[in-house]
Amino acid sequence: MNAIYILWLRELKRYSRSRSRMIGSLGQPILFLFALGFGLGPVFQKAGQGNYFQFLGPGIISMSILFTAIFAGIQVIWDKQFGVLKETLVAPVPRWQIMLGKTVGGATIAVLQGIIVLLLATIFGFRPEINLLLLTLIYMLLVALFFTGLGISIASVLGDINGFQIIMNFLVQPVFFLSGALFPLQDLPKIISIITMFDPLTYGVDGIRGTLTGMSHFGLGIDMTVLLILVVIVLSIGAYLFSKIEI
Amino acid sequence: MADVIIEVSHLTKRFGDFTAVNDVSFTVERGQIFAFLGPNGAGKSTTIKMLTTLLTPTSGDIKLNGFDALRDKDDARKSFGIVFQDQSLDDELTAYENMEFHAVLYGIPLEDRKKGIKDLLTLVELWDRRDSMVKTFSGGMKRRLEIARGLLHRPKIFFLDEPTQGLDPQTRNHMWHYIKNLSEKEGITIFFTTHYLEEAQEYAERIAIMDQGKIITEGNLVDLLKKTGEKTLEEAFLKLTGSDIREESAGKADQLRMHRQMRGR
Repeated sequence: MNAIYILWLRELKRYSRSRSRMIGSLGQPILFLFALGFGLGPVFQKAGQGNYFQFLGPGIISMSILFTAIFAGIQVIWDKQFGVLKETLVAPVPRWQIMLGKTVGGATIAVLQGIIVLLLATIFGFRPEINLLLLTLIYMLLVALFFTGLGISIASVLGDINGFQIIMNFLVQPVFFLSGALFPLQDLPKIISIITMFDPLTYGVDGIRGTLTGMSHFGLGIDMTVLLILVVIVLSIGAYLFSKIEI
Repeated sequence: MADVIIEVSHLTKRFGDFTAVNDVSFTVERGQIFAFLGPNGAGKSTTIKMLTTLLTPTSGDIKLNGFDALRDKDDARKSFGIVFQDQSLDDELTAYENMEFHAVLYGIPLEDRKKGIKDLLTLVELWDRRDSMVKTFSGGMKRRLEIARGLLHRPKIFFLDEPTQGLDPQTRNHMWHYIKNLSEKEGITIFFTTHYLEEAQEYAERIAIMDQGKIITEGNLVDLLKKTGEKTLEEAFLKLTGSDIREESAGKADQLRMHRQMRGR
């Protein structure tokens, strides 16, 4: 268990020391809040859906968690090629503990990033309800764990960083855009509606939005159940793939 | 009967239809300084990866300090320390934190940890720089820190994969001074690879030369020179392995390493 702790601590120390990484990763959420919030806000309002920032806020929080988490996981590819991974792989520690330590570390950073974006969104006029905030954090953590775990799983299989762009374009971007982060899930064309239901992030966005604004499409119970199952599955697969890494 | 600490028998590793290590057997005695030499692509790295539990052999057996390195992995892992060919420190952490990270992974109790870290950082003359980020260190300082880190859990065997590669002669000299001390004073078995054959000639008590997946000769320096009729290890090495440049199908990490070296990093 100490191994998990020290790996978690290491991720946190690295994060807290790299200001540029922290600030750099806020550029995209700010741009989305600014451009989409002000750009599509009037249309949203005219369609009788209310204040768009109120809707968009949870979506952008989810987005920043998604990107931070998957990136934290994918970093294992770099570690594999140059870094400290070898040092941890020859240590007398079960591989699943190393994987879990890295996952929890990456997920913690993603949640922190999500909290920062939550605060940022309030500047743009997002007004969250805070009585379910603890539950919001749990949804954020589940999303973060899932995507960090997914990132590590992919990194365990991928040989080098060349595949990284493909993953960003064909996995991460679609997961974000088809999750209901930007648009309501009601009255969608059938095909899109089905696709969104297979998107793990959909349930995260829905849970975070549900707890922060009271607008939930599936209901908080379903969101929580789906996310919990997905997290268990991805962590199991990830731990297995990670244990098979040979350098 | 001498006390054997590394025992490798019929070790084989195949990647697809390419045999990187082909039925290799050898032993290393406790406390010895053992040089493991060979041209690029000979199978040295693959062998070391198998010895250090990073790679699973296709067949064969490895015993480290009496433990089966394929089955009792964690006991075998506690028995050795390693300095990798590529830098494996965390640049974003301080020297002390790198040591602490290692200590926790190896389950070293808190009391021992503090003393051990202090003693070793003092030994490699980095105690004054303990709170500096590793990214501010020179190549030689990083190597010294890696040596200190590898010794923290008091291993019986120390693997050094090209420990002096890319270092200036002064630092190399210094480095060997530490290593020799470890063997003489602490009785730690040293297993190292190098392309600087004069290092092997000067410090190794036993030498194995690998080529094309096989150990082609093994013995002490005197035997080796006598057998080949040459005057230096370098000449003997070239006579045994030929002087053609090896066409190596470099792995991704190797390509990157070469690329970095060419750019002077």
